[in-house]
Amino acid sequence: MGLNDAIQSEGFVTSKLDDIVNWARKNALWPMPLGISCCAIEMMHFAGPRYDVSRFGSEVFRFSPRQSDLLIVAGTVTYKMAKVVRKIYDQMPDPKWVIAMGVCTSSGGIYRTYSVVQGINQFLPVDVYIAGCPPRPDSVLKALMMIQDEVAHDRPFARGTIISGEPPQDLIQIPIQVIPEPNVPGKIVRV
Amino acid sequence: MFSFESVKEQFPEFTYEAVDVNGTPGALVSNDDVLRVANFLKESGFLQLMDAFGIDRNQKKGRFEITYNLRNHKTNERIFLKVRCDEKYPHVPSLTSIWTGANWNEREAFDMYGVIFDGHPDLRRMYMPDEFEFYPLRKDFPLMGIPGSIPLPHSEDADRRFKIPDRGE
Repeated sequence: MGLNDAIQSEGFVTSKLDDIVNWARKNALWPMPLGISCCAIEMMHFAGPRYDVSRFGSEVFRFSPRQSDLLIVAGTVTYKMAKVVRKIYDQMPDPKWVIAMGVCTSSGGIYRTYSVVQGINQFLPVDVYIAGCPPRPDSVLKALMMIQDEVAHDRPFARGTIISGEPPQDLIQIPIQVIPEPNVPGKIVRV
Repeated sequence: MFSFESVKEQFPEFTYEAVDVNGTPGALVSNDDVLRVANFLKESGFLQLMDAFGIDRNQKKGRFEITYNLRNHKTNERIFLKVRCDEKYPHVPSLTSIWTGANWNEREAFDMYGVIFDGHPDLRRMYMPDEFEFYPLRKDFPLMGIPGSIPLPHSEDADRRFKIPDRGE
């Protein structure tokens, strides 16, 4: 916790509650696997016995967006499929995070053509991008760990609610005190 | 051995242009003849339609060419049957009444080139969305498409830091 957080928090109790909620959320991130194409195979391996994702808390892969909080978009997203992906994202309740798995979702991949969306960040806010075609399952595990770090730095109680995903900007107010320098000749020594 | 001369015996006024595609015989027929010729070919044993596809020849006369690849499973012979049409009047008779397998292949040729098949039971787009206004496999369609031709949902969520600049192709 840095100086910034100490100023922002309303007290010891709420910051401890934030930590508890964040710890609970990050250790139970239930993915919604949007397995569209070949990256889905690597995502199956990521959930399989060797690169086990259930030891990270993602015990169940809920194939319903209403019951999950992490969307893993695995596979090439064409323009025709983009509205389906967006619909799934909209159906997920807050707080939600998005992993763009593989190069096709990060930037269009090898498909530099009229039918493939060159990066799903054109219509979805993405938290973590994974490169690879397909990425190794341990890369996806690393991405999950990065999402866990991001969840750990969240401040649900400081925002006044533990439900919303985005912090409202007007609540973050850092009081700045300006101490004018006295106009004194010579060096000023602060003790 | 099959030869297109046997077609000429059946229809004396039939003319064709012989085409040799890597050793496989083929014939380019005119739009008026193609239905009768295809019917005769099916009756003389070419029951299997292996493939039907379109070509943009990028020439003023006969810009689009539709090719049908036929196979006789008893004698294991393959032939090509080609039809051409202009850009100004892109109509070609549909062979769906003769080989039902031509249905989706002709839909694909319509989607990608804009060739209209007269007599097709269900001519609509195959891959592109139904409201798409262009024909992607034509030579004058750019590789990266026309920006805005397929609307993206919620583009206001776009992460502008990572916009890859188009090479404008």
